[in-house]
Amino acid sequence: MKKIANAAALRQLQQELKKKWDPKKPVVTICAGTGCRGYGCVSVKEALAAEITKQKLAVDVRATGCFGFCEKGPLVIIQPQNIFYQQVKIKDVDDIVNKTVVKGEVIEKLLYRDPGTGKRIQKEADVPFYKKQMRLVFGSNGMIDPTRIEDYLAIGGYSALGKALAMTPEKIIKEVKDAGLRGRGGGGFPTGDKWESCREAHGSPKYVIGNGDEGDPGAYMDRSLMEGNPHSVIEGMIIGAYAIGANQGFIYVRNEYPLAVMHLTMAIENARNAGLLGKNILGSGFNFDISISKGGGAFVCGESSALFASIEGKAGEARAKYIHAVEKGLWDKPTVLNNVETWANVPLIINKGAKWYSGIGTAKSKGTKVFSLVGKINNTGLVEVPMGMPLREIIYDMGGGIPKGRKFKAVQTGGPSGGCIPESLLDLPVDFDKLAEVGSMMGSGGMIVMDDRSCMVDVAKYFLAFLQDESCGKCVPCREGVRRMRDIFEDICAGKGKEGDVDLLESMAQAIKDGSLCALGGSAPNPVLSTIRYFRDEYEAHIKEKRCPAGVCKALITYSIDAKACNACGLCAMVCPTGSAHGEKKKPHVIDKKTCTRCGACIESCKFDAIKVK
Amino acid sequence: MVNISIDGKKIEAPAGATILQVAREHGIQIPTLCSHEALEQSGACRFCSVEIKKGRRTKIVASCLYQVENGLEVDTKSERVLNVRRLVLQLLMARNPKADVLKEMAREMGVEPQARFVPDKDKGKCILCRLCVRTCVNIVGASAIGLSYRGSHKTVGPPFGEDSPTCIGCGACAYVCPTGHIEMKTTHDTRTIWGRTFKMTPCKTCGRYFAPEDQLKFISETTGVPVDDLSTCTSCR
Amino acid sequence: MNSSTAKNVDRKKLREIIDRYHGDRSSLLAILQDLQQVHNYLPLEMLKMISGEMDIPLMRIYEVATFYNAFSLKPRGKHIVKLCVGTACHVRGAAGILDKLERTLEIKPGETSNDQKFTLETVNCVGACALGPVMVMDGEYHGQVTMSKVDKVVGPLKKGAR
Repeated sequence: MKKIANAAALRQLQQELKKKWDPKKPVVTICAGTGCRGYGCVSVKEALAAEITKQKLAVDVRATGCFGFCEKGPLVIIQPQNIFYQQVKIKDVDDIVNKTVVKGEVIEKLLYRDPGTGKRIQKEADVPFYKKQMRLVFGSNGMIDPTRIEDYLAIGGYSALGKALAMTPEKIIKEVKDAGLRGRGGGGFPTGDKWESCREAHGSPKYVIGNGDEGDPGAYMDRSLMEGNPHSVIEGMIIGAYAIGANQGFIYVRNEYPLAVMHLTMAIENARNAGLLGKNILGSGFNFDISISKGGGAFVCGESSALFASIEGKAGEARAKYIHAVEKGLWDKPTVLNNVETWANVPLIINKGAKWYSGIGTAKSKGTKVFSLVGKINNTGLVEVPMGMPLREIIYDMGGGIPKGRKFKAVQTGGPSGGCIPESLLDLPVDFDKLAEVGSMMGSGGMIVMDDRSCMVDVAKYFLAFLQDESCGKCVPCREGVRRMRDIFEDICAGKGKEGDVDLLESMAQAIKDGSLCALGGSAPNPVLSTIRYFRDEYEAHIKEKRCPAGVCKALITYSIDAKACNACGLCAMVCPTGSAHGEKKKPHVIDKKTCTRCGACIESCKFDAIKVK
Repeated sequence: MVNISIDGKKIEAPAGATILQVAREHGIQIPTLCSHEALEQSGACRFCSVEIKKGRRTKIVASCLYQVENGLEVDTKSERVLNVRRLVLQLLMARNPKADVLKEMAREMGVEPQARFVPDKDKGKCILCRLCVRTCVNIVGASAIGLSYRGSHKTVGPPFGEDSPTCIGCGACAYVCPTGHIEMKTTHDTRTIWGRTFKMTPCKTCGRYFAPEDQLKFISETTGVPVDDLSTCTSCR
Repeated sequence: MNSSTAKNVDRKKLREIIDRYHGDRSSLLAILQDLQQVHNYLPLEMLKMISGEMDIPLMRIYEVATFYNAFSLKPRGKHIVKLCVGTACHVRGAAGILDKLERTLEIKPGETSNDQKFTLETVNCVGACALGPVMVMDGEYHGQVTMSKVDKVVGPLKKGAR
């Protein structure tokens, strides 16, 4: 691709490329995000391409970014009819090409089946998972090949950059402020204010950074964005850099996201070749380039000061933030650090204006947010909704409710810094402040759904173990405090909880919140406090009665075989690692409670649901 | 100069000074564990936490790092502050049951050990205040010891736990360590520290063995002064 | 190849990596990551070489190498088995799968089997939550892992000659 000389040349190129995208031309798009790759989508794509080539059909096969409906992958969409096929296997490829692509026939069994009505649904937009979504940031993921800048340009990509370079930096900052954009990484800080402070700060050079560390377990929105539409992040960062006066940017990507690193690397290279990064961008005289910095496997490096340390080549220890990053950040220079999803919102705001953007969402939380809906949920995937949508709609209308007919118990939001929201609060709208009011937070957007078989004490213990492992270890309240809280939880879950433990945890929680050096320690007590607030009865059962109501904590449960249900197939005895499950041929089997370790192997193997947990 | 108040006392302080500096200047005691006048503050122990108020909101900050600003109100003994200090001491006492200096501080402050914290047996007396590392890296310039691993596995010592290749046996780390965790054994003509034994140099004048050969070599390399000129002990100089 | 030639080859490869990042000290993490790709872990000898080539105190390199989970200072096995223990996978029973892996491979997370065949590691979320519980073996993602799936995937490798 030749370097694009200026904004006019950009518009011309976009139009040329758009023409090549004949809306009537058949295209087969297949999701090629990391999730679907785990389902084997790459072989499906190769099979599709091979069959289409074999038949010499004038049809494009395009591997795109993540469509979002991860539960039902591999996902294939046939255009122009917008036929949505799910759980596509290699053996379906022949039919898809010969029936749907060639003849326009719909293959019923590949369509999504609504579990409520039993009906098959043809169009993506009609599938309940997608119906109420507002896919502004993620909308293009299913349309473009992220490794081709031509695709991004064909759908109008980089128009915002062209527009922005003709505005003054002050005007751009005002636009972002008026739009009401708040950080999507967890802090929710007003983005426009951050940019303004950095622009006014003294010091040079200035930096912009895209935070792609996404450490919250269960959250993978940023992964899909970086893999599926890397240019949207790059475009946002170029605009931001121009607004604050930075000439160098970084995208910090988690080590655990190799595909995202690859796609971002390719996108940066492509943008450079097109003259959209580097010197004299679009003939504006503005120079800016981006480097990728890979994380080393440390959750704490999602925190700004630890992230800076990591880019600087040091251990990712946090530093006190009394002087803000916008004044002294990376290498002690003025730095704007924003989450990659925040950056991806910027081109939308510049293209369509602050008035349009601020019309979406609630009074203090504008725009849309991408959430990862995971855990005990039927429709696992990524949903993008306008701020203010009630949790209930997300979990039931889009998420399809709880699998296996089990009962909803709680949804954990905000990752290890957040809290659990019980059923009584399900009508809560997703909004930065509303979630904080009930003791949780939006965080980066992970929503982990739990059912009646999830133990809330175990969940809090899990988060403490996670944070103990990820603590940088610099300050005493976090390094020692989180560990000691975890030890108390280990006792409680082992039946060794003591009267007064909950009070002690609450008092420690306050000191750890107050005394910690950074937000990792400062928010570590949140899952503890939130589960105590809404599920105190579970704590009491563990401590006073040595009982785990959800049947999870191994030391407090026993396995036994229901003789009436047992079919004497002997499978449990075969898989039992300790020989505790045993029985004679054709007689109901039994479990020796003394040697049973409650590993769960028998439950997994039993086809008659004969193993009971108490 | 800015106008602030600490514990109700109105003070005029130079802008940019830390709360700890200003407090000490005016005879107001704030306890610390990881602070040292010769070293850049680290803010790791959180023992010096104070509660500050600016406008309507209050928050807890480390006084060794927080720079004063106009209108700042500081409370060095609020409930929240004492809660933090109490927990820090209890946590460290559990981590280092043999560190007597912690027990003394606890006695002075009326803090009881937390029975629910099972004392560690493998952390020695190291409270991870980092005074030794900061000294070795920033003052001595040898970078012989440092902090490895993270979280509860964080440890101070030479790389790979082996003999440090760059240690010069100066003993500055042992000198600055507040709990006596760092063992340094000096015999007639040798010194052993961090697992390495150093040959000591005798003073040209009085013959007393006073500094490791490696240390003098290091000083000579960094300053250009010949080793021979450095081989006089402080008493004879 | 004798050990001094091997050392020269190592030094040449290391130099290539360092030059890739223009000898920039702040690229230490990237240099270590690339180096680990070559050796499957970070040998002490190589870290000492970096210290010499880039004039960085060995202590600093050790601090970085031990801080980040991505690095291993011990030789790793032929097959790296990573089990995701992120929240979504945890809620779907990853703890039970971890127990099963520990029993099957006879090692704990972070350890390598005596025959150098397997290294078991846990990962705090690989971002493939729909597939949970997720196990990544030699870069390949395995979803909806059950104890019997562990047997199917790991079993043949355990029994095989390689």
